[in-house]
Amino acid sequence: MSLAERATIPDRLNSRLQRAATSWELLLFLVAVAIFIANSFASPYFLNAWNLSDATFNFTEKALIAFAMALLIISGEIDLSVASIIALASTAMGAAVQLGAGTPVLVFVGLATGLACGAFNGALVTRLGLPSIVVTIGTMSLFRGISYIVLGDGAYRGYPASFSYFGQGYVFWVVSFELVLFALFALTYYVVLHRTNFGRAIFAIGNNPTAALFSGLRVRRIKFVLFLLTGLMSGIAAICLTARLGSTRPSIGFGWELEVVTMVVLGGVNILGGSGSIPGVVIAAFVMGLVTFGLGLLNVPGIVMSIFIGLLLIGVIALPRLWTIARTR
Amino acid sequence: MAFLKSREAILAGAILLLLALIAWRFPGFVAPDNLARVFNDTSPLILLALGQMAVILTRCIDLSVAANLALTGMVCAMVNAAAPGLPVPVIIAMALALGALMGAVNGLLVWTLAIPPIVVTLGTMTIYRGIIFVISDGQWVNSHEMSDAFKALPRAELLGLPVLSWIALVVVALFALLIVRTPLGRAFYAVGGNPGAAVYAGLNVGRTQFWAFTLSGTLAGLTGYLWVSRYAVAYVDIASGFELEVVAACVIGGISIAGGAGTVTGVVLGALFLGIIKNALPVVNVSPFYQLAISGGAIIIAVAFNARASRSRGRVILKSAEHAS
Repeated sequence: MSLAERATIPDRLNSRLQRAATSWELLLFLVAVAIFIANSFASPYFLNAWNLSDATFNFTEKALIAFAMALLIISGEIDLSVASIIALASTAMGAAVQLGAGTPVLVFVGLATGLACGAFNGALVTRLGLPSIVVTIGTMSLFRGISYIVLGDGAYRGYPASFSYFGQGYVFWVVSFELVLFALFALTYYVVLHRTNFGRAIFAIGNNPTAALFSGLRVRRIKFVLFLLTGLMSGIAAICLTARLGSTRPSIGFGWELEVVTMVVLGGVNILGGSGSIPGVVIAAFVMGLVTFGLGLLNVPGIVMSIFIGLLLIGVIALPRLWTIARTR
Repeated sequence: MAFLKSREAILAGAILLLLALIAWRFPGFVAPDNLARVFNDTSPLILLALGQMAVILTRCIDLSVAANLALTGMVCAMVNAAAPGLPVPVIIAMALALGALMGAVNGLLVWTLAIPPIVVTLGTMTIYRGIIFVISDGQWVNSHEMSDAFKALPRAELLGLPVLSWIALVVVALFALLIVRTPLGRAFYAVGGNPGAAVYAGLNVGRTQFWAFTLSGTLAGLTGYLWVSRYAVAYVDIASGFELEVVAACVIGGISIAGGAGTVTGVVLGALFLGIIKNALPVVNVSPFYQLAISGGAIIIAVAFNARASRSRGRVILKSAEHAS
């Protein structure tokens, strides 16, 4: 932002309608619609209720983590260890299966492992005051490393049949359990971020942690809670993913941290903290799900899709900046 | 006395202690020729960690180094397989140029568009890795497809040490000169230590970061050729996850992630520390699957240790300021 731009004070604020029309969310929504239409022309198999239902599995688990990650990034922190938390939680559940645990115990183990990992990250960042990027790069190796120590090149199988409902079950017709979970959490996180004091506090901390502290916000405690939430959501994602795959390998969910961060940034959350919205993240989840599903129908291999994800990540941040640079010239 | 309290001395002490512990049960590990082998094996890590050091000094981070290494290595291997007559120096020049180009792309995005480095390099990491698949079609380039001269260089011995080790030693010396004796090297510290002050001192923060990324990319490119020729195989996933080990070497070596602090000696010792652990694990009969968790644990311990050291210094300055006023 140039100095002149900052100094200009507008005569009146843009109207609500005008703001909605120029918002990131609307642009993203149009992109989603365009991809949807392009996909339905590109492949005759796209417009099928069951295929579309399958497509949602591409993003529901990642989006569950992305909701919590959005809050964390808005508060000015980041967690790169989420995919490794999935690996560790899945390994813990696999170990519990070997001890003969039933479905309720497995769910508990998954959630507890996620919470414990989140608490570990949160304690290191908020108690010791360490930068979250380095801490979570470290725990990214540590958590997945523990899975490798436990499993080596082996795998856990034999999950109980009732457990598979979390990843493969349908609530009614084509609406999967995961999709319902996604919708419920989208609503919950929307209310928490945009309609509660806690949500306002997250924005305040992200914009200026020092000012937030002097305004009486418990900055460290709130950040700790956000790390806990991210760990918990990773645990939930681990339950869904493990139930869907039916087995655990230490490489489970490898590289997901990138896709989760991409989803959040694509959703219009400022990577430097301070702004963002849950509706944006929800639409971004659909965009990414549609892109990967469409490319999959065209037989594009997964690693080539990751090029698109990488370009998307850099592109969505670069384009608005290029736009401002071009406009100020 | 100050030297004994420095991080480098503590780290050197930790390495000696580690070696003593291993030697207690397995004396063969500390034999000179084995230590030379460990150094040789750690050379790629040292090369990449030096480039990463420059980047971290300027308050950035480069997570794309391993993908850069793999892509350059694959291109070198494919060029060699297609044109076996091409002399090795040409291939090395190509590796340096390609690596520098990929580093420069990172640097340009950080400099001109001011995109956070972590986002840029997370993105380019997957893009570079994906490009390997696209150009190689997922195929391996195997040993028999590479020319003998291509494979021989890193293993050739000179005065009892492989060329790979010599390259690492020469690069460490040149890099130390660059960091300590040239305006660019000092600019890395100035820009990371206090960007605001650096601007007033007439330094271009973005351009300095650009050069740090280019330097890191160049070293990754060089290592790409060395890696592929040493192991005599190139495929999509080589050096996968190596970027974490590189960052770990820097953090253990005392490079402050907040920028502007750290030494070349520290980085080399940090890399050696990890290299010794990696080579000792099979010797002391521990599964190599422990490696990942150990580097993760080492990063966390080192960064906690760094933060403690820098925090106490900050408080002292405040106290003296209080007394002065």
